[in-house]
Amino acid sequence: MPDTANVIEMHGITKQFGSFKANDNINLTIRKGEVHALLGENGAGKSTLMNILSGLLEPTSGEIIVNGKKVNITSPSAASRLGIGMVHQHFMLVDKFTITENIILGTEKTKLGFLERRAAQKEIKELSERYGLFVDPSARVGSVSVGMQQRAEILKTLYRGNDILILDEPTAVLTPQEITELMNILKSLTDEGKSIIIITHKIEEIKQVADRCTVIRRGKSIDTVDVKQTSQQELADLMVGRSVSFKVDKKPAQPKEPVLTIKNLVVKEHRGLEAVKDLSLEIRAGEILGIAGIDGNGQSELIHAITGLTKVESGTITLEGKEIQNLPPRDITETGLGHIPEDRHKHGLILPMTLYENMALQTYYKQPFSKNGFLNKEAMKESARHLIEEYDVRTQDENNTAESLSGGNQQKAIIAREISRGPKFLIAAQPTRGLDVGAIEYIHKRLVEQRDNGKAVLLMSFELDEVMNVSDRIAVMYEGKVVGIVDPAKVTEQELGLLMAGSSLEKALGSQDGKESAHVK
Amino acid sequence: MLSENKKTLTNLMVPLLSVVLGLILGAVIMLGFGYDPIAGYQSMLKGALGSPFYIGETLRYASPLIIIGLGFSVANSAGFFNIGLSGQALMGWLISVWVAISLPDASAFVVLPLSVLAGILAGAVWAGIAGVLRAYFGTSEVIITIMLNYTALHLTNYLIRNVLTDSSDATSRIPEQASLRMDWLSQLAGGSRINAGVFIAIAVTILVWVFMTKTTMGYEIRAVGLNSFAAQYAGMNAKRNIILSMLISGGLAGLGGVLEGLGTFSNIFVQAGIPNIGFDGLAVALLGLSHPIGIVFSGLLFAMLKIGGASMPLGSGVPTEVVDIVIASIIFFVGANYLIRFFMKKFSRGKDVKGGVE
Repeated sequence: MPDTANVIEMHGITKQFGSFKANDNINLTIRKGEVHALLGENGAGKSTLMNILSGLLEPTSGEIIVNGKKVNITSPSAASRLGIGMVHQHFMLVDKFTITENIILGTEKTKLGFLERRAAQKEIKELSERYGLFVDPSARVGSVSVGMQQRAEILKTLYRGNDILILDEPTAVLTPQEITELMNILKSLTDEGKSIIIITHKIEEIKQVADRCTVIRRGKSIDTVDVKQTSQQELADLMVGRSVSFKVDKKPAQPKEPVLTIKNLVVKEHRGLEAVKDLSLEIRAGEILGIAGIDGNGQSELIHAITGLTKVESGTITLEGKEIQNLPPRDITETGLGHIPEDRHKHGLILPMTLYENMALQTYYKQPFSKNGFLNKEAMKESARHLIEEYDVRTQDENNTAESLSGGNQQKAIIAREISRGPKFLIAAQPTRGLDVGAIEYIHKRLVEQRDNGKAVLLMSFELDEVMNVSDRIAVMYEGKVVGIVDPAKVTEQELGLLMAGSSLEKALGSQDGKESAHVK
Repeated sequence: MLSENKKTLTNLMVPLLSVVLGLILGAVIMLGFGYDPIAGYQSMLKGALGSPFYIGETLRYASPLIIIGLGFSVANSAGFFNIGLSGQALMGWLISVWVAISLPDASAFVVLPLSVLAGILAGAVWAGIAGVLRAYFGTSEVIITIMLNYTALHLTNYLIRNVLTDSSDATSRIPEQASLRMDWLSQLAGGSRINAGVFIAIAVTILVWVFMTKTTMGYEIRAVGLNSFAAQYAGMNAKRNIILSMLISGGLAGLGGVLEGLGTFSNIFVQAGIPNIGFDGLAVALLGLSHPIGIVFSGLLFAMLKIGGASMPLGSGVPTEVVDIVIASIIFFVGANYLIRFFMKKFSRGKDVKGGVE
């Protein structure tokens, strides 16, 4: 159990980037032996605060007290000397080095100029056994799982003798089993007197693992609460600053005519194997069709084929009565497609370009954004300002680059661009990946709103919750085929899970009485 | 996140600093060889800007460099490293002279635009080969354009010896009507070889700037260069943009060659090796950060070094070889600046991401 000694006190921390205050007078105290969660929306300033604590950034003002002494943390190594170590969201590991080499990197002990590999290996083994951090010390980082890479990162901080660990979004990349393991590791670390700060926007995890939680909203520290005495709903409301609903509020769908019809579609992936096999699907106006499935069962290829980014081998795709398979992407877009792509950094945005240039990415060649081949930048900016306002994209202004925005705001910018064009058919692929509850709620609302406006929406997500809450029908994909179409109101998570794992519809629903009830005709 | 002002400031500081460092290293080298660096640089400055004649020569020398540098920057924006500017310039030079001497009796209104356009077209075609190969077969434009430099060199030399002349090393002079020389301008500049190329360079700078920042085509080229996946997602035709950017790049390099043929030399002669002008143009573009204004300034700087350097042996007794070392050391820092910038950017980007909002 944590005692009351404070290992870290941060007082009045302010960090200014230009005219933007990323941190505004933040206070934070960490007790010895506790797991302290930093909760906040994307872009609230959590990472900035932790980058200050770990020496990557210097605060504009404010003071930091570590173990009772006022300190200036000027570099990560200075932080490490104070016992503070950070595990970044994107791991700082050398792929071609072994785990041992990575852990000792920067603190190598040598004898006569030779690396004392064996001694290091022994020490790492001891540490890993003591805290249940299982790793294969001689494996190359590039060939081990993400979970093991993370454990190696944690070992790295322990190897340096750090007893205050900062974990930035530690669960974002982990499988459910790995998350459970991580939670156990955190327990054993705090049992040994280590203090842990985890940065997250996942409230469930905070409930599971944290003792106290400090909520940061728009750069300010709002409150520090005892996690046991605070409900998930209260935490969510604190984080967003208003009451949020986890349930998607929607009326029953009123599907009308089919907007997109796919018949016997075959798509090959880049290695030449069939990723989509003889798939047929229909999406109607006024409904959200969810596509559920485990990653890698042909969902991405299906979407790339519809949007013209991948070649179709055979079969037809009909959008608004026009066959669009193998047409250039722009022709498909013009036929009435909006596409929120799965990878917003790869396809969705041109990160070094300004926001207004990004927001005109699909319309720049049309009036009023250009005329006779000349851009009308004023019109582009004007429209971007409107979209920023309407879709609550948080940025200084439209001249900022897309890369300066947080993930949630980048996603809002893409959604603004795609929805505002008024396409009859909207594809949302993993639209809420990596976003916080506030942003997720917002995006779901927008999708439902599109449906209610008579648009057809295709939602592809690996999050079961999302598919079940937002969709009106769910098509389950397994090995390139639709293995069943079910009604989200009647199907259980277990049944969906079985379908996703390859069971036939009859088998998955067979054990139930309402055999046909979940099946949508 | 650096604020915009701070960013612009570092953008300006880095090239200025690298020039200063280069000058210092040059001074150290002159000292090392026992020459007076102050006298050396004085005679260089005098030789570059000391009289109307020298100013005229510097401007004359800078004009094709600026145009070729702009050509490099257009391809560079689309993500291509056009290292074949020399070959493209040579083709432009050859074809423009060829057209000009083929039409000895045509009026200036016919022969001048015709030869200029033919030269631009020749450069564009030469670069377009690499563009088409890249767009349709994914071949590296770097290797293709390097190889095309040699092809251009030997083709030109062959044509001069065997087709344009009867085994002579230089063609006859172009007709007066096809020349870019302007008597009043030459007289104003003390009889230097300065010509209409100066005005062409100014016009091209403005045109390229307008094209890249104000037109949909420029927007597409930048988009393709920065993120080709997003460009494809947005329905931009990648192949078309690849070829277009290479055509423009080569066309501008060709125009640089035209200035040599119709402006500076009034003929074309057998080349001992691939002309330096393309590589210098590339360096000019890199020093100018691929920005039109930057390219104008760095083109002028290069011209001052070359033209001014020519006066150093006479003016201060620094021998030509040492002058070349001094110039090279300045250019070295220009190149190092690009490297330094590359590392600085990598370093600060790593820091920026972590320091950003989120």
